[in-house]
Amino acid sequence: MWQIAIVLVIYIPLVILAGHYLYHVTMQQKTLLDPVLNRVDHLIFKLSGIKQVDMTGKQYVLVLILSNAFMVFIGYLLLRIQSALFLNPNDINNMEATLSFNTIISFMTNTNLQHYSGESGLSYLSQMLVITFMMFTSAATGYAACMAFCRRLVAKTDTLGNFYVDFVRVITRILIPFSIVVAIILVSQGSPQTLSANETVQTIEGKMQDIALGPIASLESIKHIGTNGGGFNGANSTTPFENPTVISNIVEMLSMMLLPGACVVAFGLMVAYRSKKTIVGKQGLAILGAMSILFLIGLVTCYVAERSGNPIISDLGITQELGSMEGKEMRFGVAQSALFTVVTTAFTTGSVNNMHDTLTPIGGLVPMFNMMLNVVFGGKGVGLMNMMMYVLLTIFIACLMIGRTPQFLGKKIEEKEMKLIALCILIHPAIILLFSGLAVATSAGIAGITNPGAHGLSQVLYEFASSSANNGSGFEGLSDNSTFWNVTTGLAMFFGRYLTIIIQLAIASLLAKKMWHSESVGTLKTDNAMFTFLLVAIVLMIGALTFLPALALGPITEHLQIRS
Amino acid sequence: MKGFLENSKQALLISLTMFVLCGLFYPFAVTGIAQALFNHQANGSLIEVDDKTVGSELLGQAFTSPEYFWGRVSSVNYNVYTKEDTVPDNKGETAYSGVSSGTFNYAPSNPELKKRIEEDIEAFLKQNPKVNREEIPADLMTASGSGLDPHISVDAAFIQIERVAQASGLTIEEVKEIVKVNTDYRVLGVMGEDKVNVLAANLDIYTKIKEAEL
Repeated sequence: MWQIAIVLVIYIPLVILAGHYLYHVTMQQKTLLDPVLNRVDHLIFKLSGIKQVDMTGKQYVLVLILSNAFMVFIGYLLLRIQSALFLNPNDINNMEATLSFNTIISFMTNTNLQHYSGESGLSYLSQMLVITFMMFTSAATGYAACMAFCRRLVAKTDTLGNFYVDFVRVITRILIPFSIVVAIILVSQGSPQTLSANETVQTIEGKMQDIALGPIASLESIKHIGTNGGGFNGANSTTPFENPTVISNIVEMLSMMLLPGACVVAFGLMVAYRSKKTIVGKQGLAILGAMSILFLIGLVTCYVAERSGNPIISDLGITQELGSMEGKEMRFGVAQSALFTVVTTAFTTGSVNNMHDTLTPIGGLVPMFNMMLNVVFGGKGVGLMNMMMYVLLTIFIACLMIGRTPQFLGKKIEEKEMKLIALCILIHPAIILLFSGLAVATSAGIAGITNPGAHGLSQVLYEFASSSANNGSGFEGLSDNSTFWNVTTGLAMFFGRYLTIIIQLAIASLLAKKMWHSESVGTLKTDNAMFTFLLVAIVLMIGALTFLPALALGPITEHLQIRS
Repeated sequence: MKGFLENSKQALLISLTMFVLCGLFYPFAVTGIAQALFNHQANGSLIEVDDKTVGSELLGQAFTSPEYFWGRVSSVNYNVYTKEDTVPDNKGETAYSGVSSGTFNYAPSNPELKKRIEEDIEAFLKQNPKVNREEIPADLMTASGSGLDPHISVDAAFIQIERVAQASGLTIEEVKEIVKVNTDYRVLGVMGEDKVNVLAANLDIYTKIKEAEL
């Protein structure tokens, strides 16, 4: 238990520092590395013919989707012809069409759901040029969208910021420098970083062992910093080469927690700097508080469930002092595994350091629920945008109850915005539940289920929750490399990502164009503890009401079965 | 329309620039630094005995001989195989189909899980007749997440000491000492778990047996 507390305590100063840095980068203020990086940026702008003009919300979304589309086409092509290209020392074949479709959507949408196994499915070139590349660009796309969103909430015009400028600055000033540092730390702990082929060694019992190598550390660092989550190897961060020690485990957790939290701090600063200098800002603190409460509830639940072990194994007469160890690694144990599980789903990274399919029913319910809510910090900027939807909804409901005009940061929330907010909040459960319904109603869907009983439904729910929330972890038992699963999850990831971003930026544009009203005594305060608790209550109510029936049939039923 | 074409051109060019920067420049740069600063780790922390590579410090291996410590259950058999495992059987399937990682992914409620653990307990008790069932820690009978876990708990090593000593011809004290030397304690006393590196312990046994033969 102490080790969990220590990690969380280290996190607090880091996230505040990163938030201030992110704020400076976003608002184009001076930073330490400017003398070097300004030149790099200008070179990139020159090569790409980019003029740094301000864009309207519409233009911003358009070029966001356009640039993502080009990356998808080129990436798809590379996967389809990888066997003919260079840097393929292990002679990997080309990827099949529906699997390539799924993979490329998965990485472009920052989901990183993997229906292939890295050791046997990708050449080193694809790992670098497709996977590592997309980890940078999808994360940068998310941050850019989020910063465009936040800027519009505090601005008085809709024409501000340039997508390409935001996109490039996030990559050169945040993602690449952070990734290099983290990658070197991971190598020092034991993550390989080489371009030479896999090794085959002779064991002392006279057998052979294959050792899968590759440029692992460089992928591993951006995988967590960009809250991507797709592993180099099939078993992701459980494998000793991706996550060699407890130290690397903590570094990976902190890396994925850093930037989503920093986004909230940066937003808090944007709001607060209109009046005075501060560390986080009251508005940022209110939102951060709500996210932390939801996070801690999940963490404690998951830890207690895993610690208490699997009663079926206890019945066999062996000792389960360490907790439920099936699917976990000895070097992490239950505490580090439970923390990683909750972090990776709350911050929607999707890397795993233990196999989620083998978690106890309640231990597995927590990550699923985090992804269903999709607002507990959330990944790479989009998490904050999702939370802002709930913030606006909470303001609306609270104001209805006390009979005031709903208003946020001086902008009135009216009919048009509310319709879009409702739509945006409903898309996510609709994708999860409709696709899950389709999967259990068709034989092609059922064919993927590998665990009997209630857990089979959990596998399906988890897969679509993970796709729609752009998380990417899985109940990996699901045999999901089939046309049905590749196509349905591909669509779920696509809609979950782009529909949401389009609607959210549309809402921000609408608000940006509105008249600014000064606050009066009658205005609902949105930056105090009262509002934080209201927000948590609304999130839980909407989340619980929408998903409770499905959860009752899946993990809750399984829990009752093994405990009876 | 002109604006759209202009936008497309920029979008394409920025994509290509980023392919070079993030997809090639960045991983090559990290490879260069890593190879220079941490050469051993960057190449897989390989262990050499008598000038031959026998494994990696970080990866477990499947051990079956009684004179060696046994690791955790692995669904991929630690990517360890013999020549026969790569020959296709009459259905055209091979016992070893190439390097991979992962676990069985049995849910806690899956009857297969109970069956597998029960069978493993029976087999273990047969080969370690002096061990009581309730002394077996669960980590030894459960599968690791990666199938490559190099560690077992300290208790899991202790219950094997008697068998290892008997089969290897070493004294119980010698084997105990080997376990102690290869135990990694919690980082800073709190982080992670106490654990024994199975391959490292077995390499010590291997050298001791060889010394005794000389």
